[in-house]
Amino acid sequence: MPGTAEAVRGALGLIGAGDPVLAGIVALSLAVSLSAVALAALIGLPLGAAIAVGRFPGRRALIVLLNALMGLPPVVVGLLIYLLLSRAGPLGEMGLLFTPSAMVIAQTVLVLPIIAALCRQAVEDAWVEYEEQLRSLGAEGLRAALTLVWDIRFSLVTAVLAGLGRALAEVGAVMIVGGNIDGVTRVMTTTIALETSKGDLPLALSLGFILIALVVLLNAAAHLIKEAAQRRYG
Amino acid sequence: MGMSRFVVATVVLLAMAPALAQQRFITVASTTSTEQSGLFRHLLPIFEKQAGFQARVVALGTGQALGMGRRGDADVVFVHARALEERFIDEGFGVKRFEVMYNEFVLVGPKSDPARAGGSRDIVAALHRIKAAAAPFASRGDRSGTHFAELELWKAAGIDIAKDKGPWYRDTGSGMGPTLNLAAGMKAYALTDRGTWLWFRNRGDLVISVEGDKRLFNQYGLILVSPAKHPHVKKDMGQAFIDWMVSKEGQLAIAAYKIGGEQLFFPNAEGCLACLKGLAGRPEV
Amino acid sequence: MAGFASILPLCLRELTFAAGGRAIIRGVSARFDAGPATIILGANGAGKSVLMRLMHGLLAPSSGEVSWNGQGPARARRGQAMVFQRPVMLRRSALANVLYALELAGIHAPQRERQAMDALEEVGLAAVAQRPARVLSGGEQQRLALARAWALHPEVLFLDEPTANLDPGATREIEAVIRAFDASGTKIIMSTHNLGQARRLGDEVLCIHQGRLVERAPVEAFFAKPASVEAAAFIKGESPWA
Repeated sequence: MPGTAEAVRGALGLIGAGDPVLAGIVALSLAVSLSAVALAALIGLPLGAAIAVGRFPGRRALIVLLNALMGLPPVVVGLLIYLLLSRAGPLGEMGLLFTPSAMVIAQTVLVLPIIAALCRQAVEDAWVEYEEQLRSLGAEGLRAALTLVWDIRFSLVTAVLAGLGRALAEVGAVMIVGGNIDGVTRVMTTTIALETSKGDLPLALSLGFILIALVVLLNAAAHLIKEAAQRRYG
Repeated sequence: MGMSRFVVATVVLLAMAPALAQQRFITVASTTSTEQSGLFRHLLPIFEKQAGFQARVVALGTGQALGMGRRGDADVVFVHARALEERFIDEGFGVKRFEVMYNEFVLVGPKSDPARAGGSRDIVAALHRIKAAAAPFASRGDRSGTHFAELELWKAAGIDIAKDKGPWYRDTGSGMGPTLNLAAGMKAYALTDRGTWLWFRNRGDLVISVEGDKRLFNQYGLILVSPAKHPHVKKDMGQAFIDWMVSKEGQLAIAAYKIGGEQLFFPNAEGCLACLKGLAGRPEV
Repeated sequence: MAGFASILPLCLRELTFAAGGRAIIRGVSARFDAGPATIILGANGAGKSVLMRLMHGLLAPSSGEVSWNGQGPARARRGQAMVFQRPVMLRRSALANVLYALELAGIHAPQRERQAMDALEEVGLAAVAQRPARVLSGGEQQRLALARAWALHPEVLFLDEPTANLDPGATREIEAVIRAFDASGTKIIMSTHNLGQARRLGDEVLCIHQGRLVERAPVEAFFAKPASVEAAAFIKGESPWA
């Protein structure tokens, strides 16, 4: 592929130069996506676990819906959140549009179904092993679900990582609700889109490689933590 | 545990939203051509230093920018489609239109010039030849100022482009950069503003085919979104931004922006004759 | 425990249970009083495990009634504990697993630690209190399960083939703990395949065959002269020297 070597060298050059604008963009990408994933996990893990353990009418339909929502198109989420936060919309008073907070909200909505659905699957599988013992001890419903979530926390790392990958990689949602404002709401993916549309493909590709490297690093770190913890706790 | 720290950070971030709002700024809805040219990166730091507050630019097409103004999501709009701007004010969404700067459009096309459209100053004739030859033409198609200007030029050529277009007419629905990317890739003609052309790197084998026609004049206007329609609009700061842009400092800053020694935008605010004197402007277009 | 009404006697009235179209328990009635350790015997698939789960309240009967001293199963949850064939431990320390059970039982924080350590000492696991429960051996985990039950001071302890997966040494340790439970006044209801174990630990035997209770007798009488054909066949089948 033409220009790949140049782009990789460009990427290393950008990192080495320690450009503060680039650093700001990377920092904002991480801040927005990590916050979104944290929020999504806070809501999604108990939600997924509760659905896994609970028995209520419409449960199966809810599971199908949750799985389907994993494929929510980011640009559609962006549009919906935009309409919500626009001054012309219901939450306009809060003045959240075109701020990093709006981006966090949009990415949380995007990532929540992923974490909840994958957690639901993992907890349901574990429930087979734990159900009788937990119920014998008197743990039911949400109590049992939360105990399970904590107990299988290492395998839930994968679910959270999947969410983080989605958040860091998406451009449609943050572009619309953030406005790609220079120095305020510009993140890695929107910068790559911008540079591509400006025709500066080498720069865009270099940024792309930096983003990929970042995601690989995060995954590797999480994997190592997971392994170490599994060795300790069994 | 790590999780609780994230939660705290998120809560802080969200709690900061109202605080961020207090950090003084206005939202300016502008066009991709001004943003991508790098004009704002040059201009805004100068402005912020003098004014003491931030101007945050959301760059969309002219149509979208005016839409933002209508919804009240922007305090000021800064676009380049006079008829659309005047309609915006007539409908009560804008207060007053201030002319700020201009540049020109140029027609770019493949060096080989298959439609023999190039070499003259007559854009209308060129468009006729392109249509006659059914040569590929890349249009923005995104309700931007440039798109709007292109449609006006087809009209001036007596061509009903919506009816008469063929597969040679490619509607990209995207910004100037992607449209030029497409034109370069497909060896097509395209209408672009000179500013974008100056910094656009991926030219392929495109060159300027037609320039200098009076009808290619491209005027930029600044409008404060009406506080009557949207009471939350930051009208004092918004007006201060407009006042600065048409003041001597603003106009000089605009003129000072160059790429490779060439000026991209030419200040022409009404009543700023003093500042226009002595500026290396283009000859009367 | 002193202070609240006993949950015994446990009365089963015409219990049936069907799943997947198959009848597994076909009308079992019995009454269990405090005192004698009860062993439930039966071939694989006879329904022992299902019967125990019906008694403990993990399964709801298709028809019939389970009552504890006149009350429904919900009221009697506190006085019971169950140990399963495979111990299920949380990914925490041995001590933390016992603490978890105490927390669920509503024991206040200051007392929890003391009661948990006492329970671990009772089963001989005090030394590994801080070790992650899941790295303990099978026998140790089963002892931990018993410690967890011990800490709750249940009136009734159900055990579903507790030593089926353990070697003879571990089995002996488990039996010692069960004897301690028995001696402390806990009612033992245990299913097993191990006839020697049945004779060592049990006072009476219930024999289940194809979902029905076919015989109930004191342990020695049962083994000396089983009254039912099925029981006799069962004993013969289970004895390696028949």
